[in-house]
Amino acid sequence: MKQMINVALPKGRLGERVYAMFEAAGYDCPSIKEKNRKLIFENEASGVRFFWVKPSDVAIYVERGAADIGVAGKDILEEYRPNVYELLDLKTGVCKMMVAAKKDFHDDHSKTLRVATKFVNIARNYYAGKSRDIDIIQLNGSIEIAPILGLSDVIVDIVETGSTLKENDLQVYEDIFPISARLIANKSSFQFKTEELEQLVASLKEQVEQQ
Amino acid sequence: MFDESILKTGERAVFALRSLYRKYGYQPYKMSKFEEYDLYARNKDFLVSDSVITFTDTNGKLMALKPDVTLSIIKNYQDEPGCMQRVYYNENVYRISDSTHVYKEILQTGLECMGDLTAYDRMEVLRLAVESLKTISGDYVLEISHMGILSGLLSQAEAGQEFAERITTLIADKNAHEVPAVCEAYGVSADLAEKLVKFIGIYGQRDKVLSELEAICAGQEMAEALAELRDISAELDRWDGADRIRFDFSLVNDMRYYDGIVFQGYVEGIPDVILTGGQYDRLMKRMGRKSGAIGFALYLDLLESFLAEPERFDVDVILLCDEAAEPDALKDMVETYRKQGLSVSVQREVPKKLSCRQLVKFNNKGVEVLETND
Repeated sequence: MKQMINVALPKGRLGERVYAMFEAAGYDCPSIKEKNRKLIFENEASGVRFFWVKPSDVAIYVERGAADIGVAGKDILEEYRPNVYELLDLKTGVCKMMVAAKKDFHDDHSKTLRVATKFVNIARNYYAGKSRDIDIIQLNGSIEIAPILGLSDVIVDIVETGSTLKENDLQVYEDIFPISARLIANKSSFQFKTEELEQLVASLKEQVEQQ
Repeated sequence: MFDESILKTGERAVFALRSLYRKYGYQPYKMSKFEEYDLYARNKDFLVSDSVITFTDTNGKLMALKPDVTLSIIKNYQDEPGCMQRVYYNENVYRISDSTHVYKEILQTGLECMGDLTAYDRMEVLRLAVESLKTISGDYVLEISHMGILSGLLSQAEAGQEFAERITTLIADKNAHEVPAVCEAYGVSADLAEKLVKFIGIYGQRDKVLSELEAICAGQEMAEALAELRDISAELDRWDGADRIRFDFSLVNDMRYYDGIVFQGYVEGIPDVILTGGQYDRLMKRMGRKSGAIGFALYLDLLESFLAEPERFDVDVILLCDEAAEPDALKDMVETYRKQGLSVSVQREVPKKLSCRQLVKFNNKGVEVLETND
C-alpha cells in the first residue's frame, strides 16, 4: 500500500515556488490553490499532504516527525542544525549568508567586534572558527540599521541582490556560505517510507535539472 | 499477583526486555546516580551531549549526574581472558535537550558484552537488538553500518581532520550535493569526490549494498570491513524478518571510540532513533582495557510519548457520598465495585480534573447512577 507523505512547506514566496516544483513532479494538490484559510491540504491520488508553516519552523516539524519531509533554507539548517537527512538541493531561493558593514568599516582586531544578527549560532560558529572575540547583538529584523546607528560594527545576514545594503550605504565584507532551499527528511520516516521518498526525490531532482 | 494491564507501555517493555536479557545470561547491573566528573571530562566526545550536570560533593570533589551508562560499566570492568562479561541495565541518564536547552531525565535500558569478542558474540548482540525492537513493535528497522568502511574511504583522501569531519557530517545527513564543493575546497580529487557521492547513495537492502560497495572498495581496512559485513549479512539472511535489517552508512559514530559495526533501530510511529549501539574496542583501549566490547541502549521514554494510548478515564467510578454515609455500608459498596474489577474513588464533591466512566451517588440504602460517560 502506498503511504501518504506529509510535507511541510515554508509559507511565502519560496514555498509557492517549491510547491510548483512538487506539482510539476507529479505531486500536485489542487485544493492548495483555493483561496481560504486552511493550513492542511491533501491529495490521496498523488499520496501527499502539504501544510504551510513558518519557514524557520519547517526543520522542527520534520525533525520531530510531524512532517516526513520539508523544504528549508540552508540558513535555517545551519542555524538550528536539526537531526534530519538533507536529501536534495532544490537550487531555488538562492542567496548568501554574509558579513556586511558600512563602506568605511575597518576591522580593528584589537577590539571586540560587535555583530548584529538574527542568526546567532551561525555568527558564533563563524567567528569562533577565526578565533575572533565578538559581542553578539541578537535582533529580529531590520538588521541593516544596526551599523548605521552605531549599534554594531558588522551584521551577519542573508543577502539576495544586495540592493537593501546599497541603499543603506552598506557593503558585503565577507561571504560565509551560499544558501538555497533544501529538501529535508525525518530519519525515521525515511526508514518506513523509503520507496515513496526515493521516488519523490528522483522526480524532484528531474525538476531541479530542468530549471 | 497484580493486574498486568495497569503497566504503562514503557514499564511493560522494561520487564519484557529484562526477561529477554536474562535468558541469554546477562546479569543485572545497578549503579549509583552520580559519578566523578573526571570520567566524563576525559571522554567528553563519547557523550551524546556536551553538557553534564555537575555538583560538588561534601568532600569538595566534582561529581556529575550520569549522562551515560557505558563509561561507568567500563570503569568497573576487569579484563579476564577467555571470559565474557555480559551485563544489562535499566537506568536514568541526564542529558541536555538540543532544542530546548533544558536538562532531561531519560530512561535507558541496554546491555554490554565485554571480553574477547568472537563472531558469535557480535551476532548474539545483534539478535538481542532485533528481539528488543520486536518487543516494542513488529514494525521496526535495524540499520547496520561499519566504521571501517568510512574510515578506509576517508584515509584515501589524506586531507586532514577538518576535511574528515565535514565529509562525515555530509554523509550522516545523506547530503551528496555538497560533497563536490567540499572536496574541491580541500584539494581532494574529483575521482574521490565522485566515490563519496556514490557512497552516500549506497544504503538499504543488504545484497544490493554489498555489491555496490564492492565497486568503490579500496585498501585493506575497507576490504576487511566489507568481508565482515558480508559474513554478518549471510548469517542475517537466515533470520526471520531479515528484510528489516539493512545496511546504511549514514549512520556514523565517533571513530575515536567505535571501530567495528555500529547499528541503530527505528520503530514505526516514533520519529527518533530508539535503539543505538555498536562495537567500541577503541574506547576500551583508551580506558586501559585489552578486551573488546559491544553493546546497545534503548530510549524507553520515547515509548510513553509516542506509542502509549492516553487513558480515557482516570477512574471507573466516582462514588459520591455525604456526611451521613455509614462507613461500613460505604466500604461494602466500594468492595462490590472492586470485585467487578472496577476502580473506585470515594468523593464528597466531584473533582474538576478527575474523569470517570460512571458518576454514582451513594446513600445508605443503595446507589443512584448520575452520569455515564462510556
